[in-house]
Amino acid sequence: MTFIEKFTLIFTNAKYLDSMLTGLRMTLAISVGASVLGLVLGTIVALVGLAKSKNPLMKLPKLVCAVYVTVVRGTPMALQLFIMAFVVLAIRGFPLVVTAIIAFGVNSGAYVSENIRAGILSVDIGQTEAGRSLGLSAGATMRYIVIPQAIKNVIPSIGNELIALIKETSIVSMIGMYDLTAAAKNVGSGQNLANYLAPMTVAALFYLVIVYVLTFVIKQIERRLRQSDRR
Amino acid sequence: MIDVKDLSKSFGGHLVLDGISEHISLGEKVVVIGPSGSGKSTFLRCLDLLEVPTKGTITFEGTVITDPKVKIDKVRQQMGMVFQHFNLFPNMTIRKNITLAPVQTKLMSQEEADHVAQVLLQRVDLADKADSYPSQLSGGQKQRIAIVRALAMRPKVMLFDEPTSALDPEMVGEVLDVMKELAQEGMTMVVVTHEMGFAREVASRVLFMDGGRILEQEAPQTFFARPQHPRTQLFLSKVL
Repeated sequence: MTFIEKFTLIFTNAKYLDSMLTGLRMTLAISVGASVLGLVLGTIVALVGLAKSKNPLMKLPKLVCAVYVTVVRGTPMALQLFIMAFVVLAIRGFPLVVTAIIAFGVNSGAYVSENIRAGILSVDIGQTEAGRSLGLSAGATMRYIVIPQAIKNVIPSIGNELIALIKETSIVSMIGMYDLTAAAKNVGSGQNLANYLAPMTVAALFYLVIVYVLTFVIKQIERRLRQSDRR
Repeated sequence: MIDVKDLSKSFGGHLVLDGISEHISLGEKVVVIGPSGSGKSTFLRCLDLLEVPTKGTITFEGTVITDPKVKIDKVRQQMGMVFQHFNLFPNMTIRKNITLAPVQTKLMSQEEADHVAQVLLQRVDLADKADSYPSQLSGGQKQRIAIVRALAMRPKVMLFDEPTSALDPEMVGEVLDVMKELAQEGMTMVVVTHEMGFAREVASRVLFMDGGRILEQEAPQTFFARPQHPRTQLFLSKVL
């Protein structure tokens, strides 16, 4: 069989195709779940970190957020996944997909929070001063003036983070999960196709398409947000 | 109207305002001049607490606004501030720039605010720009909008922080004209500026600051004709 024939076989043989699609679904489930969790977590952490409250009750949450970002960014993703699966959530019957979503979401949140923090700080301080000088509260100034401008600045880096996240989910086979990468390995193994090049190529194409679509969507959002910049 | 007592401000170890006491009465047009780094902008920004004083008190209409318990947002709603770099909100149309604060602070309904914006925009000849974005305007137009935005809150006093310093020379006039008109209508104004012509023409009082202190103050005729302090004389000899 030539490469082309094997490549075609993956799409025509029901067993192989099913295998690949099962893996693809898992990759998408983890990616989407972790992205949402990461964005929510990252936004909260960024806002807590930037809050200028004089309230001493804010000290603890601020410390927790700082430690979280430092620890998550300072340790390998695979290790975090192991700790989540074999220590924190080592509960009989706990769905692995949820474990993976939490592990990747928590990881992504740390990076997203740094992106958002940078985005908010990149908005000129004069904007905040103008809002406050008009008598708007700190919250209203943030909500109507600073955040809408910050979002425009952070979309590209958040997009990068989501792309990295999707590809990083390929390590979930390390905790015995069946994702797109694991599927490619399985389809290529001796009992099946006995050839790795074709299924790996198919998996690569799947990843590529996902990332390409995501990139396109991000570009569209950026374009719409930039409309006020036209001259 | 505004009463400043023993106002000091330091940034780190650097003393920028050194015990200023000053009174600004209703309807006065106070022009503050002085060299760079003299503390004049900091003084102005302290008046609506954009800078928090290190020491001293500021009283606005009987309220001690330097008291941490005072609701500063309510105070700022009665004071308009115009910045050197305009600080218009680039993500909003001109109309939205003007109506955001009055609506959000529940001073007006959206319809009311839209109407006020229209009237004010006509006054500064920019009614056709209501649906434009700030990036589509010239510097002079932006600053006129910034003034209108502050006026939409119906402030009792207007503070101007070098409103013409970032403008092309050609556009200085159109902004000063709006300010002169405002002065004629009786608005209480505190203006930090390098425009000596404006000071001479509009000011009811000129303050000269250097080293964080008010060194001299006079009505403009006397101030420019017979400056008393040697530092004032030196400064005026260079700028006039």
